[in-house]
Amino acid sequence: MTWTSIFIAGILTYFTRMSMVTLIRKEMISDNLRKILNYVPSVVFPSIIFPGVLLDDFGAFVTISDPKIFGAITALVIGFFTRNVILTIVSGLSSYWIVIFIF
Amino acid sequence: MRSKYEIFKIGIKDVAPHLLSVFPFGIIFGAIGIELGFSPLFTYATSLIIFGGASQIVFLQLLSGGASSLIAITSVGVINSRHFLYGAVLSEYLQKLSLIKKLLISYFIVDQGFAVSNQYFKKNPTEEFNHYHLIGSGIILWFIWQVSTIMGIYLGSIVPEELGLKFAIPLTFIAIIVNELRKFDHVLVMLISGLAATFFYNAPFKTYIIISPLIGLFAAMIINKLKK
Repeated sequence: MTWTSIFIAGILTYFTRMSMVTLIRKEMISDNLRKILNYVPSVVFPSIIFPGVLLDDFGAFVTISDPKIFGAITALVIGFFTRNVILTIVSGLSSYWIVIFIF
Repeated sequence: MRSKYEIFKIGIKDVAPHLLSVFPFGIIFGAIGIELGFSPLFTYATSLIIFGGASQIVFLQLLSGGASSLIAITSVGVINSRHFLYGAVLSEYLQKLSLIKKLLISYFIVDQGFAVSNQYFKKNPTEEFNHYHLIGSGIILWFIWQVSTIMGIYLGSIVPEELGLKFAIPLTFIAIIVNELRKFDHVLVMLISGLAATFFYNAPFKTYIIISPLIGLFAAMIINKLKK
């Protein structure tokens, strides 16, 4: 029963990956649509980032002094100026740890 | 014109920094699967068959919490429905490939790989072999995810929970979007989708993960109309 559900979940996930790649042809995408698709990273990733930072494991708001907020702001600032992925992640994590373990 | 192998290597190199957060997340996932009472084989099978980090955690949590298979499967489908958007964006660059190649590459489409390869495609739209970038980024992410899941399964919680390494996931995505923070319209769209996600977070079946991007795209459409 549960093994069947892994396979169904896997097939479903694979379908979300392959369907658009195989079905959409260039002619189907107008210039307008292409412009909108340009925003896909800018709409999907914040939808994961915001709840990940602003909410706790139970879906309630964290306080303004939460280490996650401090870490996220640090990562945003460092990322904005350096555009370096490693520096962004490392600065975010280390500032998060500083708040947790030192303060 | 770069060779296939060169582009493959660029794909690996471009996504490599993100492994910093994918790797601990995989270990955490493997350890969670065992903690929830699933067998090593069952836990690992989700990494091979579903291959979608956050959705695998939700899947196992729901099943162990006594939810029906239908609810667990639906949630996986909803969480992973964001791949429809990735596929729509990538389709343009993969169009020239044969169906069988499209079907094989599709298995490797994941968040970080999509993000870095899409950036490469936008910069090099005419490279004949640019899909090798997606193969490179996808295969290394896949490999690290498999290895880290297995490590988490057998070594357990070698990543102490107090480190809060789950936080590396929002951070890896922050590192992806910083490229667009200099464009006002993108910042606006990010705020709208991010706040929508926070607002709809408790909607059933994790639907916030697809509702919010769609709200964001709708906002982008309006912004583009107004710009004209």
